[in-house]
Amino acid sequence: MGLEVHLQLATQSKIFSGSATTFGAAPNEQADAVDLGMPGMLPVLNEEAVRYAVKFGLGIGARIGERSVFDRKNYFYPDLPKGYQVSQFFAPIVCEGVFEVPLEDGTLFPIRITRAHLEEDAGKSVHDAFSQETGIDLNRAGTPLLEIVTEPDFRSAEQAVAYLKALHSLVTYLGISDGNMAEGSMRCDINISLREKGADALGTRTEIKNVNSFRFVERAIHSEYERQADILESGGSITQETRLYDAEQNVTRSMRSKEVANDYRYFPEPDLLPIVIDAEYIEAVRATLPELPGAKRARFIADYGLNDYDAALLVPNHALADYFESVVTAGGAAKPAANWILGDLAAALNRNETDITDSLISAAQLAGLIVRIEDGTLSSKLAKQVFDGLWAGEGDADQIIEARGLKQVSDSGALESMVDAVIAENPDQVAQYLAADEAKQKKLSGFFVGQIMKASKGQANPQMVNELLLKKLNDQS
Amino acid sequence: MTDSALLSGSVSSLRQQLRDRVVSSEEVTRACLERIEACNGALNAVITVCAEQAIDSARKADKAIARGNVASLTGIPVLHKDIFCTSGVRTTCGSRMLEQFVPAYDATVVSKMQAEGAVMLGKCNMDEFAMGSSNETSFFGVVKNPWDLNCVPGGSSGGSAAALAAGMAPLVTGTDTGGSIRQPASLCGVTGLKPTYGRVSRLGIIAFASSLDQAGPMARTAEDCAIALTAMSGIDAGDSTSADLPVPDFHAGLNHDVQGLRIGLPREYFNDDLEQNVRERVMAALSVLEQAGATLVDIELPHSHYAIATYYVIAPAEASANLARYDGVRFGYRCKEPVDLEDLYLRSRSEGFGEEVQRRILVGTYALSAGFYDAYFNKAQQVRRVITEDFTRAFDNVDMIAGPSAPGVAFQFGAKQQDPVAMYMEDVYTLAVNLAGLPGLSTPAGLINGMPVGLQLIGKPFDEQTILNAAHRLQTDTDWHMARPQLETVTP
Repeated sequence: MGLEVHLQLATQSKIFSGSATTFGAAPNEQADAVDLGMPGMLPVLNEEAVRYAVKFGLGIGARIGERSVFDRKNYFYPDLPKGYQVSQFFAPIVCEGVFEVPLEDGTLFPIRITRAHLEEDAGKSVHDAFSQETGIDLNRAGTPLLEIVTEPDFRSAEQAVAYLKALHSLVTYLGISDGNMAEGSMRCDINISLREKGADALGTRTEIKNVNSFRFVERAIHSEYERQADILESGGSITQETRLYDAEQNVTRSMRSKEVANDYRYFPEPDLLPIVIDAEYIEAVRATLPELPGAKRARFIADYGLNDYDAALLVPNHALADYFESVVTAGGAAKPAANWILGDLAAALNRNETDITDSLISAAQLAGLIVRIEDGTLSSKLAKQVFDGLWAGEGDADQIIEARGLKQVSDSGALESMVDAVIAENPDQVAQYLAADEAKQKKLSGFFVGQIMKASKGQANPQMVNELLLKKLNDQS
Repeated sequence: MTDSALLSGSVSSLRQQLRDRVVSSEEVTRACLERIEACNGALNAVITVCAEQAIDSARKADKAIARGNVASLTGIPVLHKDIFCTSGVRTTCGSRMLEQFVPAYDATVVSKMQAEGAVMLGKCNMDEFAMGSSNETSFFGVVKNPWDLNCVPGGSSGGSAAALAAGMAPLVTGTDTGGSIRQPASLCGVTGLKPTYGRVSRLGIIAFASSLDQAGPMARTAEDCAIALTAMSGIDAGDSTSADLPVPDFHAGLNHDVQGLRIGLPREYFNDDLEQNVRERVMAALSVLEQAGATLVDIELPHSHYAIATYYVIAPAEASANLARYDGVRFGYRCKEPVDLEDLYLRSRSEGFGEEVQRRILVGTYALSAGFYDAYFNKAQQVRRVITEDFTRAFDNVDMIAGPSAPGVAFQFGAKQQDPVAMYMEDVYTLAVNLAGLPGLSTPAGLINGMPVGLQLIGKPFDEQTILNAAHRLQTDTDWHMARPQLETVTP
């Protein structure tokens, strides 16, 4: 399998016109005379799009084309205003590179990137707004896209999804795209073929167009794999064609076959000059790159002692990784910080359908909570209560402990008198305990701990209670 | 001042008269509008007249002059080729496809000239989408040559050239993709300049072949072309291919001095294919420059004979894409009651485009098709570089190059219409200049059997000044550019 990803670049304006690129505007509100392909209009390249493409190229360690050229891709479609799409065919801006994709087990899986090129998006046909007629919305026409093409290096759906997730993470780190698949900022075409075990040559491929979620990518691949395998196993052959994934039926359907496919008649776009990129420009862009996911993952493991699993969960979301580091900077120990963020905090964010950037608990507040656990002020049970208080906006951890009276009782004198009282009140259970063998004693001691915790309203330090209790009970014999 | 003096004067003299308040812009404008009214029925040179708007602009110009606020073209009436988009004024490009098209924007050339105070009279007829050398392909009918109503004015800027020659305006604009300014200038006895590619913004000019299209002025004198060129030129943020070079004051830069000027005569332009009487006129003009101190040098442009084939691959290829936007969906002609999308495309384009335009779209589509790209388009691009290098080498030895503007004088209607290749030969001396992106100028070189013939001067890149100077000297020493068609012949 090889993947082609169309990535919408998050520039303020379109690639060849001054129109805005915001998602969700009223139809054709963000289309000017250039986007409409009006006679006499000319494209002017948005330099921001070039910078974003170079950022991406550097982000995957690819070669940047010194001289890349725009070409016209010619075909007729109602949502393609000029009758051609301005793309890069002969000389792309990002040339070959290798992208290291982290798999779930923490290993890195290298995917060869063939190329990435700049192009303009087309508009949208609107079929349901008018009866008998199709509307055209050209808001999207001219939105800058980076089409990222891989070599056929994928052997499983899981690898493909891992790649897309890593890509999503990379482009959000670079700040060049929001990578939002549901809004079409990241669209994936899957080229898939089967071959016999041990065969060198790849089989005939089909292309599944425009799959728009990680889950659908996985399911589309499985479904197309089954389809091709059935055909080949029954002695048939695969037709090279473009297919669409129908998520409802979980099948792929033929869209058009290559026989009737367009001859795009690419030729260099005479209205635009070649993009010439020198080493100085590349270094200037490189200087603006943030720490990228791969480096951050390695650093989290080395510096904070996180395991692969935690690092793999924290790093892909830039905001989440930043949050984690803020907690640690504010004094929270790293491992508990990771646990709280990936556990209770993630659950709370989930319940509230919000994300880390809108967390009701600040990194400093979470750090405050962790500090009180580490210094023994809070048991894990009490900590959860404090966490709830933090989420409810009751102040920081110390204020909540104070207000709710949640301080763990670790004063041995106070605990001793509680233990004594419980022993004195339950002579039958004490006798039973003393008569039991060692294994049974362990079980019976739970009763006394429960009673003590109840008496202390959960605030007794459980470890100390345990130690005291055992000592006192054994003293009874 | 008589009307005929108004109608045959140069921009530079008119400008002086306006500044001296001898005549008002409104008077000149009205005279031009009357002239259009009187002659257009016979010539069909103008598609759209903007009389009210023109008089309004003229009055504003007169007020500006009264305040002493004059720019380079204040109060000068102009006609634009109907390929320049004009805000609120129908812009047809000579095509049924754009019969009703009213742009919401001005071409940069139009707005620049307006900013210099020019008064727009209207829009000139042209070959459809600038594809033609005789103005016979216009949806709005043929344009007649004011020198002989049975003859073509040349093309594609034939309406502009005919209007200028007939006294409808002292200054007109054209575009030149393969000779479309120089050839009609030659056939109508006026001066026409195609600037260096990139000198003038293409923004708002309806594209034919983007890598070749260039707008320029046509006027009665080289001096007027110099004035207009400065007004039209300059880098435009809206056209990435416009040159980031300072724009000289070409008028101030004019001098009469051609002493020591080395003029190259390409062997390939003066071979046996050149008609004897055209050769005589061209050589007579060159000997005037020689007597003024220039030196004539034989040179070679060895790949000249590839120019037509090269051009007729590249230009149609680019056109096939440029004209794809006319699909009946957003603007322009739409066929009646399309049954489906395919039908909408097919009939809108078949009915909206004329025969020559369709021919070139087909040729261009073919040249770019899978399997033919290398043999045609790619090869043509390579030859284009070789042709450009021919010029570069030649310019090592000479300051400019001279030759005929067209193979002959204006021909009769229909004479070449059935033979596209014969028609394409009309531009045999001009095409290579577009392929190389050089400036070229046609200046009158006398008459052959009462019909004008032009001398073409070709300059180094962005050296319009040298060819303007040489033409200016020629026009100082001779009066070929003063010849006017007999006015009675254009009265219906």
